[in-house]
Amino acid sequence: MLINDFIKLTSSSLWAQKLRSFLTMIGIAVGIAAVVLLTSIGEGVHKYILAEFTQFGTTIVGINPGKTTTMGLSVGVFGSVRPLSIEDAEALKRLPFAESVVGLVQGNAEIEGNKRTRRTTVYGSGHDLPNAFNMPVRLGRFLPKDDPVAPRAFAVLGSKVKQELFGNTNPLGQRIRIGGDRYRVIGVMESKGQVLGFDLDDTVYIPLARGLELFNREGLIEIDVLYREGVPVDKVVAGIKRVLTARHGREDFTITTQEQMLDVLGSILNVLTIAVGAIGGISLLVGAIGIITIMTINVNERTAEIGLIRALGGRHSQILFLFLGEAIVLSAIGGLFGLILGIGIGQLLGLFIPALPIHTPWIFVIMAEVMAILIGLAAGVVPALYAAKLDPIEALRAE
Amino acid sequence: MIKLQKIHRNFQVGDQIVHALDDINLEIAQGEYVSVMGPSGSGKSTLLNLIGMLDHPSSGEYYLNDKNVTELGEVEEAQIRNKNIGFVFQAFHLVPRLSAAENIELPLMLAGIEPSIRDAKVSLALESLNLTERARHKPEQLSGGQRQRVAIARATITEPAVLLADEPTGNLDQKSGHDVMDILEALNQRGITLIMVTHDQSLGDRSARSIKMIDGRIESDNLNKIDHATVS
Ligand SMILES: Nc1ncnc2c1ncn2[C@@H]1O[C@H](COP(=O)(O)OP(=O)(O)O)[C@@H](O)[C@H]1O
Ligand SMILES: [Mg+2]
Repeated sequence: MLINDFIKLTSSSLWAQKLRSFLTMIGIAVGIAAVVLLTSIGEGVHKYILAEFTQFGTTIVGINPGKTTTMGLSVGVFGSVRPLSIEDAEALKRLPFAESVVGLVQGNAEIEGNKRTRRTTVYGSGHDLPNAFNMPVRLGRFLPKDDPVAPRAFAVLGSKVKQELFGNTNPLGQRIRIGGDRYRVIGVMESKGQVLGFDLDDTVYIPLARGLELFNREGLIEIDVLYREGVPVDKVVAGIKRVLTARHGREDFTITTQEQMLDVLGSILNVLTIAVGAIGGISLLVGAIGIITIMTINVNERTAEIGLIRALGGRHSQILFLFLGEAIVLSAIGGLFGLILGIGIGQLLGLFIPALPIHTPWIFVIMAEVMAILIGLAAGVVPALYAAKLDPIEALRAE
Repeated sequence: MIKLQKIHRNFQVGDQIVHALDDINLEIAQGEYVSVMGPSGSGKSTLLNLIGMLDHPSSGEYYLNDKNVTELGEVEEAQIRNKNIGFVFQAFHLVPRLSAAENIELPLMLAGIEPSIRDAKVSLALESLNLTERARHKPEQLSGGQRQRVAIARATITEPAVLLADEPTGNLDQKSGHDVMDILEALNQRGITLIMVTHDQSLGDRSARSIKMIDGRIESDNLNKIDHATVS
């Protein structure tokens, strides 16, 4: 049979039952719309969270003390983990690919200034932090490049701390106390907002050595290495390993690349998107049952026609494809309706709830349509096979 | 052209076996006009379906144009039905959503023939059966006689050698019935082999050869002396 005749025969029979065909398509359309909408929201959230993470830059590698083995045991259990020190960070700075090396300690402390007090997160860090983490300074400057072991007592305020302590007055040059020690304010950070519940503005930055002292810690909680773009991450990891192993005598630290973090995060978020899509899939199942029902009715109503086509020289396979074709046309057109519906609702939601991240990748659209067609195929197979296997004489007797 | 040898066709109904065809031996030559008569349930339709390869014998051999076609594959059988055999049914069996022209076109569509070739054939068929004005009409807009004429056009559109008609006038009034008979007989005179089941004696008498069936057997097989059927 020519493809044009095939299309003509299938579409004419669907057209002959307009209302029925339309309702069946709606069933699939609702399912596809749900899948598209829910996965779009899932994907939007996915993208949103990844963007939150990568705003600190992607060419970054974190080093933490202690070696996590696959058993989850740290070699620290055996009492031989050397803490990461300021000297370690200084040594890493000499690596050729290291653009910035930022040591970090973190803790909570009471800040006193302008006759007010506030308990907040204090970071001990170095002058490279704004560059490494894309965190610009709004007012004044960040911590200067000082003697790493004996830095001056300067502090930089997060925008919220500045607002809480100093209101709208200029804090630059003001004296504050952090955990009892006196510091001079030399800068205020640009507001960063919240990242996954962390308020990045409710923070104070002081020099690393002073942070260690303040929190009475032996070592850094983390060293972050920002490397030059284009350098393969394997080379970066190998370089860091070489330097630190030489200094510590063994590998008693863990290196985490941004890639690894994103991989883990990405796979968690993919599961989320798939789970949410599967919920939409349930309504697709309903649509599929609709197609099975309607195709079964179609075959039963047209039994005599099936017998006739056989008598006129139609083959099993032609009958099979005619009915499969009808099921696929139903689901494919239903799927297109569903895409329009799903994307449309997504856009509307985006207009009315701007905070809800919605993103519909093209591949989802194509996959949803392919899925609709496959559902039509699967739902049509049983009725179509039944039609193809009918005995022509019996079929012709049906009226 | 058609040769049936020791054909049996049994049906299992419950724990009984019905012998719908019981040792049928029959030869029909190209261009013959054969009527098949007999009481209801005597196996006439079963015989016709078997000749039309819609059905298969339980035992025996069927030769079509000297070729044993008893056990062909499904695709080959479909092809033979499409090219060599035309069916006309009592109930017309037109596809309701297709126009008269499209119904006539159906066997050509199934065979994958190009529309340009089809169109010429269909309009010729419509014209010869006086249906040109009805080409775009749906079956429900046609009278019974017109419907059966569409069905005859469809059965003959691939120019088959055999035309099988199972009570073709059974659903028609007398006038339309006669028209349909005239058309079938005219086709036979142009060379088609016409095998027609009927239980109307007056129609049976018009054929050159009458077969009478009883209980799945051929009771008699007579040549009638009829002038118009012997014209070559
Ligand atoms: N599919 C079938 N199953 C069981 N019995 C059948 C079937 N088809 C035909 N028969 C039986 O075979 C016999 C012949 O039927 P048929 O050829 O239709 O007779 P006719 O056309 O002469 O009236 C009848 O007894 C009928 O009941
Ligand atoms: Mg009968």
